[in-house]
Amino acid sequence: MDTSENILHQASPGLARGSDTARNAKAARLSPSFISWLQAGPMMLVFLAFFLIPLVFVVIVSFWDYNEYQLLPAFSGRGYSDTFEGCIAQLPDLCTIGKTYLKTLKLCFMVWAITLFIGFWVAYFLAFHVKSKTWQMGLSLLCTIPFWTSNVIRMIAWIPLLGRNGLVNSGLVKTGLINQPVEWLLYSEFSVVLALVHLFTFFMVVPIFNSMVRIDKSLIEAAYDAGATGFQTLVNVVIPLAKPGIVIGSIFVITIVMGDFITIGVMGGQQIAAAGKIIETRLNALQFPAAAANAVILLAITFLIITMMSRIVDIRKEL
Amino acid sequence: MKEGRPRSFYVLAIFFAAYVLFLYGPMIAIYILSFQGPQGGLTFPMNGVSTYWLAKLFQGTGIVDLGAAFRRSLLLGLVVMAVTVVLSVAAGMAFRRKFKAQSILFYSAIASLIVPSIITSLGISLEFRIIDDLIKAHWNENFETSMGLLTSGLGAHLTWTLPFGLLIMFAIFNRFDPRLEEAARDLGATPWQTFRYVVLPIILPSVIGIGLFGFTLSWDELARSSQAIGPVNTLPLDLQGLTTTVTKPDIYALGTVISAVSFAVITLALGTIHMLNKRQAAKGSDAGKGLV
Repeated sequence: MDTSENILHQASPGLARGSDTARNAKAARLSPSFISWLQAGPMMLVFLAFFLIPLVFVVIVSFWDYNEYQLLPAFSGRGYSDTFEGCIAQLPDLCTIGKTYLKTLKLCFMVWAITLFIGFWVAYFLAFHVKSKTWQMGLSLLCTIPFWTSNVIRMIAWIPLLGRNGLVNSGLVKTGLINQPVEWLLYSEFSVVLALVHLFTFFMVVPIFNSMVRIDKSLIEAAYDAGATGFQTLVNVVIPLAKPGIVIGSIFVITIVMGDFITIGVMGGQQIAAAGKIIETRLNALQFPAAAANAVILLAITFLIITMMSRIVDIRKEL
Repeated sequence: MKEGRPRSFYVLAIFFAAYVLFLYGPMIAIYILSFQGPQGGLTFPMNGVSTYWLAKLFQGTGIVDLGAAFRRSLLLGLVVMAVTVVLSVAAGMAFRRKFKAQSILFYSAIASLIVPSIITSLGISLEFRIIDDLIKAHWNENFETSMGLLTSGLGAHLTWTLPFGLLIMFAIFNRFDPRLEEAARDLGATPWQTFRYVVLPIILPSVIGIGLFGFTLSWDELARSSQAIGPVNTLPLDLQGLTTTVTKPDIYALGTVISAVSFAVITLALGTIHMLNKRQAAKGSDAGKGLV
């Protein structure tokens, strides 16, 4: 004990001095559960004040009444009835909200499929083909840096490439593939999907990579030794073991696209309707209960999708 | 590896390179275009090279007061960063023991991450509107609003940065060797000393990573700010407003300036992390190196 204290004293005088107080303080030491509360409490309070209570308000306000200029705190289903206006009358045709959600789901599906494909192979390359830890770190960082820069800038960055006189169009005209610049490259569904893939593939790469690096490499060797082809190993070993990452990445991408209104707004030239855009439009018209009602519907659908996906995997275990 | 790399390596290497090009190509294009000549437009080819548009930005384009927005975003980013680091490290420590409400906090963080931003933003704006109405009705009729950069704005940003902070803390403590703390305790260190002199120096590089996430996510945040920021705008909101009105390269110049701040912060953070890691490797342990 003496020697250790001496060594400690040399290494860090402050530490050794405190060891006496440590013994004295032992009696007055706080209970572990109280310390846990002190440590986790502040974060819990932030989520309570700025996430959980606001969500409750969204649900409450969605049942309030409104007129042109203000909220009326009285029970009303108007927020919902305005939203579903004409949905029964127009059957079997879809009403506006139905069409909008169908369109959003379609966008969602396209972005999900593409980000999954790119994300899977990028993660596969990083996890299995890059052997050196330094290279793995460096290349992962290369994929992460854009995530730390502005999304709007990454959206407008497509304008000089895809615009009417952009690089792609002028290139195509020069090579003679087309006679006139094509219009559908920018401010279209195409540019929305492109930008969403550009922005959010990262959310697919990280969890899939995370699952893949944990796969025991000897399993793959065993599959190889047992005579499996590369494709069989991929389907029967790698994909099942990477499934948690695939599911978590999919949840991220799908929820982001479901609620997106900025990318769809900027890249769609403010012309494409989507679930998130409805909320924004209602808000701009100061129809808060209608906006809240739409938010509740969006939340319910998002929650449904997540529940279905998390049936496949226990998220808690994967972190 | 002596038998050479399989063919799939080369195919995937090309795929990866294409992905990186896809990530960076468009961004690099606008950085170049922000140096357009005074007569230049929104697209290539370059019409001369100048710093005209960048200079114009600092004189003020007349559309919005970018200087003020810049300072506001910087202030908010730094506050968000500080709060995110402190709360994440504290909560991360708490998660190493079992405690009641552990799973409530965990699921709140995950939900906060994946509930669409516009819903969180709308909720915060409703919450503050209702608080405002209460204050007006009961205490002060002339009260304007409690919404603002460091109230509702800060809260909105924290709902986005704290989940990342917490998840990074989980990753850190998954790899942390608790025997180091036991050793410190056995040597008589108080819990605070154990944290200050043993745990914190070891996790410091990752804590800087949390700060990096905290600042950059706030600096670029848009969707959550949109309804909850109050009467003033942050820089990304101004930039988004400009996308529909501006037809001149000044929007690229603004994009370049915003990115320059991001890259400066990223470089600073990664440099510090690298330095700390090197220092740890050099001074961390001499176990197994024999007696001198």
